[in-house]
Amino acid sequence: MAEKVLMKGNEAFAEAVIRGGVRFYFGYPITPQSEIPEFMSRELPKRGGKFLQAESELGAVNMAYGCGAAGGNAFISSSSPGIALMQEGMSFLCSAEVPLTILNASRGGPGIGSIQPGQADYFQVTRGGGNGDYRIPVFAPASIQEAIDILYDAPALADEWRNPVMILVDGLMGQMMEPVVLPEPKTPVTSADIPKLKPWAISGSEKGQRSVVKSLRLQPEVLEQHVEKLFEKYNRMEQELQKVECDSIEDAEVVFVAFGTMARLAREAMEILQSQGIKAGLIRPISLWPFPYYAFDALTDKTKVVISTELSMGQMIQDVQLGVKGRFPVKLIHRTGGMLPTSIEIVDKTKKILEEVR
Amino acid sequence: MSTFNGLREPDRRILVVTGHYGSGKTEFSVSLAMRLAERGFGPYKRLALCDLDIINPYFRSRERRAMLEGAGVPVYGSAYGHEVTAEIPELAANIRAPLEDKDCRTIVDLGGNDSGAMVLNQFGKYFTPESTLFLTVINANRPETRDFDGAMEHLRAIEAITGHKVDGLINNTHLLRETDADCVVKGHRLCERLCDATGAFIWCDCYPEGIVDPASLPEEYGYLMPLGLYMRPGWLDR
Repeated sequence: MAEKVLMKGNEAFAEAVIRGGVRFYFGYPITPQSEIPEFMSRELPKRGGKFLQAESELGAVNMAYGCGAAGGNAFISSSSPGIALMQEGMSFLCSAEVPLTILNASRGGPGIGSIQPGQADYFQVTRGGGNGDYRIPVFAPASIQEAIDILYDAPALADEWRNPVMILVDGLMGQMMEPVVLPEPKTPVTSADIPKLKPWAISGSEKGQRSVVKSLRLQPEVLEQHVEKLFEKYNRMEQELQKVECDSIEDAEVVFVAFGTMARLAREAMEILQSQGIKAGLIRPISLWPFPYYAFDALTDKTKVVISTELSMGQMIQDVQLGVKGRFPVKLIHRTGGMLPTSIEIVDKTKKILEEVR
Repeated sequence: MSTFNGLREPDRRILVVTGHYGSGKTEFSVSLAMRLAERGFGPYKRLALCDLDIINPYFRSRERRAMLEGAGVPVYGSAYGHEVTAEIPELAANIRAPLEDKDCRTIVDLGGNDSGAMVLNQFGKYFTPESTLFLTVINANRPETRDFDGAMEHLRAIEAITGHKVDGLINNTHLLRETDADCVVKGHRLCERLCDATGAFIWCDCYPEGIVDPASLPEEYGYLMPLGLYMRPGWLDR
């Protein structure tokens, strides 16, 4: 096993995608993820890659669109308001079926908000802020190591599905340090490999074969057919990409649902409750789209209440309700604006909720 | 050796703490301030901490202002009330107060790397060799300072940007709660090599309190300083 090193989240995310094969980064700095462009500007040129600071987030996402259309493995990163600016490009990338790895280190909102951690981008990333019928797989790791593992696989996953893939972390994960093990670097795709590996890409093929990458389809019949084809793909994604971690849910009276940073707080609250004799469990969605609705089917009649714990006014709770299908009451414990609850706060609120539902 | 619970008595009034990103400068600075405060101010009437980190948006010593000020250590940092959450590179003018005050022992906590150390230059006149000890924190588990060449590059870059020679090294080689004695020993060896090459000395070896038993570290180490995890929320490590 490789040696453990101590890494700051943002550095680790950048290193992981480079090791996963990314060689092109386009970005515009924004706290709390500016260490990523800084790291990329220093490291990518050393490893045969290119770093380009765009004039804006809109510029960055469209540069990545062009790079991906030509077959390059690109990566973009930003934070909540910057991701909002990139949404138009994400719709275009999905329509044109161009792969891209995207990282969102989310912060407090709405508007310019704050630089503290937040999870109020749930709707933005799972429902999409761009126009049209499209879907982007979103993964929400809860540790730096899990983020490394997901980011390492993300470029290949994006290529496999010919679709952007997003990793949602928050500012705290970007800024904190953890001991991690880095995976072995993959061999990056070269220009010579692209015509073979990505025959759809605009690679300058010498055989006279034309590749067209576009999102414009003026004939309604053609566009309808294209969108239906995209949805065949999205339906397969829903089947194949769901990822979830469940802990102690079999006989749990109260089940927390939480992702990312909040899942770590919810887990601590769960353990405190368990130590006090209250049976508590945790469902931690790792894929936010597709949301692992099936995980809720494992809850038994012993469950009294399901609590969505979020760093927002309650966004994921809508998916939790869909998963619960009315079997149990669904409640919310949350903080927002960049505030984090303490585990004791979660425990106290949970006890009050239990009194109400028992 | 003058020690108090493993704490080395700084022989100069101003302690400037530099280092690579994530080497643990802030954790060291806050721990040192708390322990000096606990022990008493020695020959000085006051003790202050200057947070000159204008690089990081999170985990800055000013976040622990309430705890430090409760221990009698004023924290000088941002000019604005939103000092924990603002990301503007500004500093309060009153940072000069503890630097001017000959009766105030002052710890200066800088942001990471040479870019974080650059901010020091505007206060250059206070940092005379007689008054100031330049310390650099080394964590040999950070990828960029894990070997001699990488660590030297960072030391030299910090010296070049500040115009000051590093006097002492703080061996803060750790993996948070996964730290063991071998970690500390690995860092000590790297620091010894760096000292041989630069003429600096090892000011102290740090170990995370309650995680590494100081009795498990080699007896010949000069000063051992236990570090509390003041900056890191406990729930992150469950």
